[in-house]
Amino acid sequence: MTIDFKHSQSAHCENGVTSSLLRHHGLDISEAMAFGIGSGLFFAYLPFVKYEGIPTTSFRPLPGRIFKRTAARLRIRMVRKKFRNKEASMRALDETLGRGIPVGLQVGVFHLTYFPAPYRFHFNAHNLVVYGKENGQYLISDPVMEQPESLTYDELMRVRFARGLFEPRGHMYYLRDAPGHIDVASAIIKGIRKTCRDMLTIPIPLFGVKGIRYISRKMSKWPSKLGAKRAALYLGQLIRMQEEIGTGGAGFRFIYAAFLQEAAEALNNGRLEELSQSMTECGDRWRDFAAMAGRIIKNRASEQESYPALSAILSEIADRECRIFSELKDAVL
Amino acid sequence: MEGRTRELCYAVDEKGRYVRVLSAGWEPKNAALIQAWEQVYERVKATYDDVLAGKKSPLAFFMAKRMFDVKLLSAYTNIPKRKIKSHLDPDCFRRLDTETLKVYAHALNVTVDGLLNGPRPTDVPFRTEKAGR
Repeated sequence: MTIDFKHSQSAHCENGVTSSLLRHHGLDISEAMAFGIGSGLFFAYLPFVKYEGIPTTSFRPLPGRIFKRTAARLRIRMVRKKFRNKEASMRALDETLGRGIPVGLQVGVFHLTYFPAPYRFHFNAHNLVVYGKENGQYLISDPVMEQPESLTYDELMRVRFARGLFEPRGHMYYLRDAPGHIDVASAIIKGIRKTCRDMLTIPIPLFGVKGIRYISRKMSKWPSKLGAKRAALYLGQLIRMQEEIGTGGAGFRFIYAAFLQEAAEALNNGRLEELSQSMTECGDRWRDFAAMAGRIIKNRASEQESYPALSAILSEIADRECRIFSELKDAVL
Repeated sequence: MEGRTRELCYAVDEKGRYVRVLSAGWEPKNAALIQAWEQVYERVKATYDDVLAGKKSPLAFFMAKRMFDVKLLSAYTNIPKRKIKSHLDPDCFRRLDTETLKVYAHALNVTVDGLLNGPRPTDVPFRTEKAGR
C-alpha cells in the first residue's frame, strides 16, 4: 500500500514533516512558513542538560512544538500517540497507513540505517514521514534526505524506540481533516508574536536574547575555567547545535528570514521585508561566529581570534536580535 | 563528512530573495563534527589499550565504539546498571552466559563472537573519517 505522497527535501526535519504533511492535505505551506507559524526560532542555553557531558544550546523549542503549534494556529486537528508496546505502535502505524493517511514519526538516528554514518549519534529528536508499505518495506520520506528511503519492520521499530535523551517511545502524529479555508495571515501573526515573547520576555537568563548574553559572558571565561581542550569541546558543541542538525544555517536565522519574506507578501507588510534583511545580516554574524570558533577549534585562529572576540560577536548578536524582535513585535500590532 | 550527502540550506540570491540550495557542507560545521568523532576515537583507543592490558572487558570497548554509557546500555538491554558495571571487569565478563552476550551483542551491533573474542585491531576505527562504524 503506497499513498500518493510527494517527497521533498528540507533543511530541518520537523519543519519538513510539518510542511509536507500540510501540503499533502492541500495546504501550500512551505518549510519556512511552517517554521514561522510554529514559532520555531528560539535560543536556550542549558548548562544542566548535558549531551556527551557538555551543556546543550538550543536554537529551537522542544521537539514536537513546531508541528503542534502550526497545526493549532491553522486550526487543523492532529492526532498524537505514544506507546509502551512496540508491536502495538507498528499496528497503529499500519492501520493509519491503511486509511490512506501519511504518518509523521519521531525517531532516533543511531540505528537509522540509511542515515549518513557521520551523523549517527544517539540523537532522538529526528522526524520523518511514512507513506507506504510494499513487500515488507516501509516507504520513508525523510525531509533531510534527497530521495525517499525505506526501512524494514524491525529497522523502523528499532528507531521508533531508541533510548536516551528525548526518547521517542513510538511517537507518531498525523493530521486529521483540513478545514476548507485557513487563515494564514492570522496564524503568521500569532506565530510572530509568540517568537517575540520567547526571545524578549522570558524572565530566566538562559532563554532568548538574555540567553545569548549569558553565554556570551560565560564564554570569555571558558579557557580559564575549563582548560583549552574542554573549552574547545564546548565551542564544538555550540557550532554543531547551530549548524549541524539541519538549521538551514545560522541557527535557523536564515529560515526565519525566509519566513519573514514570505510573511511580508502574505500580509502585504513592507516592514517585514526590511526585518527579513536585518535577520539575514544577523544570521551572517552567527556564521561569522561559527567560522571564528571553527578556526579556534582547529588551532588555526589568528591572534585577534579568541574567546573574548567570540564573546563580543555574541554580545553584538544579542543586541541585534533584541532590536529585531522588538521591532517585529511592533510591525504586527 | 564532506561531499557524500548534501543538505539543504537557505541563502539569498542576487535579488535578495531567499532560495533553497543544496550544500555538501561548510568548513566550521565539518570541523565541529570531526572534533566530535575525534573524541569518540580517543575514548575508543584508550579503552582498547585498557582491554589489551587486562583492565577492561571487550564490553567496555564496544560500548566506547558505539558511544554507549552504562545508563544507555541499561535502557536498551534492561540489564541493571550495576550488573553492566560489573561486566566491564574482564574476569566477570568471561563468565557471562550466552543469553546475556546475545543481548549485549544485539544492542551494540556486533556478533557474539566479535564481542567475546574482540576487540581486534581492525575494530579500532581510523581517525576521524570512519570513527564509530
